[in-house]
Amino acid sequence: MQVMAQMAMVMNLDKCIGCHTCSVTCKQVWTNRSGAEHIWFNNVETRPGQGYPRTYEDQERWKGGWTLNRRGRLKLKAGGRLKNLSTIFAAPYLPGIKDYYEPWTYDYENLTTAPAQKHMPVARPKSLLTGENTTITWSSNWDDDLAGSVENTHNDPVLAKVSEKIRFEYEQTFMFYLPRICEHCLNPACVAACPTGAIYKRAEDGIVLVDQDRCRGWRQCVTGCPYKKMYFNHKTGKVEKCTFCYPRIEVGQPTICSETCVGRLRYLGLMLYDADRVLEAAATPDERGLYEAQRDVFLDPNDPEVIREAHAAGIPEDWIEAARRSPIRALISDYKVALPLHPEYRTMPMVWYIPPLSPVVDAVSETGEDGERHENLFAAIDRLRIPIEYLAGLFTAGDTRPVDGVLRKLAAMRSYMRDINMGWEPNEAIPESVGMTGQQMTDMYRLLAIAKYNERYVIPPAHYEDAHKLENIATECSLDVDGGPGMGGSGDTGGMGGIGGIGGMDGSFAENPARGGGSPVPSRPEGVRINLLNWNGRGTPEGLFPDAADASTKPTDPAHPGTGG
Amino acid sequence: MNSDLDLFLWLIFPYICLTIFVLGHVWRYRYDKFGWTSRSSQMYERDILRWANPMFHFGILAVFLGHVMGLGVPQTWTAAVGISEGMYHFLAISIGVVAGIGTIVGFVGLVYRRRFTKAVMGATSRMDKLMYLVLGLVIVLGLVNTGSQLVGDYNYRGGVSVWFRSIFYLSPKPDLMVAAPLSFQIHAILAIGLFALWPFTRLVHVFTAPLGYVFRPYILYRTRDAHEGSRSRRRGWDKVDTIPRRR
Ligand code: SF4
Ligand code: SF4
Repeated sequence: MQVMAQMAMVMNLDKCIGCHTCSVTCKQVWTNRSGAEHIWFNNVETRPGQGYPRTYEDQERWKGGWTLNRRGRLKLKAGGRLKNLSTIFAAPYLPGIKDYYEPWTYDYENLTTAPAQKHMPVARPKSLLTGENTTITWSSNWDDDLAGSVENTHNDPVLAKVSEKIRFEYEQTFMFYLPRICEHCLNPACVAACPTGAIYKRAEDGIVLVDQDRCRGWRQCVTGCPYKKMYFNHKTGKVEKCTFCYPRIEVGQPTICSETCVGRLRYLGLMLYDADRVLEAAATPDERGLYEAQRDVFLDPNDPEVIREAHAAGIPEDWIEAARRSPIRALISDYKVALPLHPEYRTMPMVWYIPPLSPVVDAVSETGEDGERHENLFAAIDRLRIPIEYLAGLFTAGDTRPVDGVLRKLAAMRSYMRDINMGWEPNEAIPESVGMTGQQMTDMYRLLAIAKYNERYVIPPAHYEDAHKLENIATECSLDVDGGPGMGGSGDTGGMGGIGGIGGMDGSFAENPARGGGSPVPSRPEGVRINLLNWNGRGTPEGLFPDAADASTKPTDPAHPGTGG
Repeated sequence: MNSDLDLFLWLIFPYICLTIFVLGHVWRYRYDKFGWTSRSSQMYERDILRWANPMFHFGILAVFLGHVMGLGVPQTWTAAVGISEGMYHFLAISIGVVAGIGTIVGFVGLVYRRRFTKAVMGATSRMDKLMYLVLGLVIVLGLVNTGSQLVGDYNYRGGVSVWFRSIFYLSPKPDLMVAAPLSFQIHAILAIGLFALWPFTRLVHVFTAPLGYVFRPYILYRTRDAHEGSRSRRRGWDKVDTIPRRR
């Protein structure tokens, strides 16, 4: 047994309102840069839908993830090592920018500089790749809320698998949102596909990261990741991916997407697993056995043998304790309501989902029946095959039984808790009908419905044996390594071969409007440089003394009124 | 007697360029690892790239091996293992012409897409353009030289090759180049110039060709500690330690 710890996430899809707050805050923090326009570490897809990038789930086309070879051993779907190296010059299954979307901006300047004319001036969309006028035809969530579903939804690879006969008719519509980040897989195909070895899984917490200094832009990981959560930055020529906000996780804070989630549907916590059994589980012959197989890889942090082995593996006590309190463990292993996304890709993903009951509830309510009654819901679960098969296509390689089971638990909880909340006699037959006790059901309800911040996010801070490392946290940013994104100073994208902005478009925001503004600065902001070379010897040099508010009342040299920028 | 120019071109210039080549790479690797990439433009355009890029790269790999043979292996060695001069030339010219034409066709395809795909053109730096120009000239002249072997009687293995090796023996023989035909001279000068440009272009990706992939395990783990800056901290920027580092 080789005990390892993994930081994992569970999302409760019933609560996702599709507001995209998570995507936006994530982008603001991580990928709000030129070259990274199409990079959404977090994106929210409307399902049924094509996803982002378009049809990424069609592995016959994109060849992501693993398959089994004739001897039943794992091999990358895109091909073995030699094939990988020989296709390095033109990756055959790489999505093009059009499979994401062509990044654009608007010609805002025209709004203020256009001459007087009869019609309102407009800000035309301009391509950020060519600088030319462009027509926007797609984006990261173009088919949001089933927009254009008649044209688009039949391209959904999951729907295509459910039944060839289904025509997507408006009356049959069901829909839900699927927020996605990198899965931080236990058996990551991206790591395996990287020819350079620049991608790695952190031994402490299982977060999968790209070493930006070692990435050479061979792009094979983009093909390798079946979830297409490896993104090629077209300016830097390097690949970037979701970092699980590791600088925040290290100090015990939730990821940005979790922190800002409006529906509060994300849970974070540790899972202990047996690294020795990962490959065996990922090579389970039957695709539909993969969900169970992955669950069997997880270890029980209350088991004395596991604790002993965890200590032997150097996992600190507070981490084991955190694994015991982990909401992820409760949802995956105890209540068994969380399911992995596309286990059939065999990467052993570690962001799991509680499938949404709402399509079922909606269907019942629409018929005028009581959508809170477990009998009605159970009957609907049995009847509503299309949504259920669709969910099974997402979460259990098409096996509807686990999805049925989860939805029944959720339906039972709904019904059971309604009785309690209404002050009626709780009906113990309801939890029993799904193999749970009333106590378990109330606990699950607590976790799903009203869990507070520190119950949803159980994140042990990084464990530092050495005092000097503690100093590191206190004094510097984890990103602030040489060449890292947080590296002080200007971000140089390409070193010697650096390329300029296109047609001055993406450079236009580079000027800091705050700089040289007329208003007096109340005190010296952190990091302002004192430049004595610009100082003419009269008055006080900018930034040397902190209280500018005071300075503005002092008599200054009239010949040198401004700060000189 | 060599003129000053000859001395410069065939003795001083090669050493300058080789020095730039070596030190430039050391510098680039130390200070610009982040910029060390092939900077692929496949995302912008793939239809031409799909055939042109492999054609160019496999062609140029064959050309490289040909140069290792032609420049690196003395005539006496091949003779010693029983490869006659005629045989050698037949092989060198036939393989060389095929590889050369493949390289050029691929190169033209790549330059075409670079010039005429707006997005790719937009991602092309000035350094790229200079590099493409020099590289293109070197390749064309190289093919001319290979072809000239069919008609001419210049034995480069007794001339250019000996001069090339003499540079590395540190007893350079510039006269050999003075005596070489003009197309060989220009090819050599431009190629040497290209080596000086090399560390400052995207060509650096050649030196991180990921051959180790064949042997490494699929899944890699790193501890956070080892990751803390993949490059050691620069001198003078060490942190204040409270406990002596064990490493
Ligand atoms: S989901 Fe993340 S860890 Fe898994 S293969 Fe893709 S990029 Fe790698
Ligand atoms: S912020 Fe939360 S509720 Fe909003 S889209 Fe993201 S996951 Fe859904």
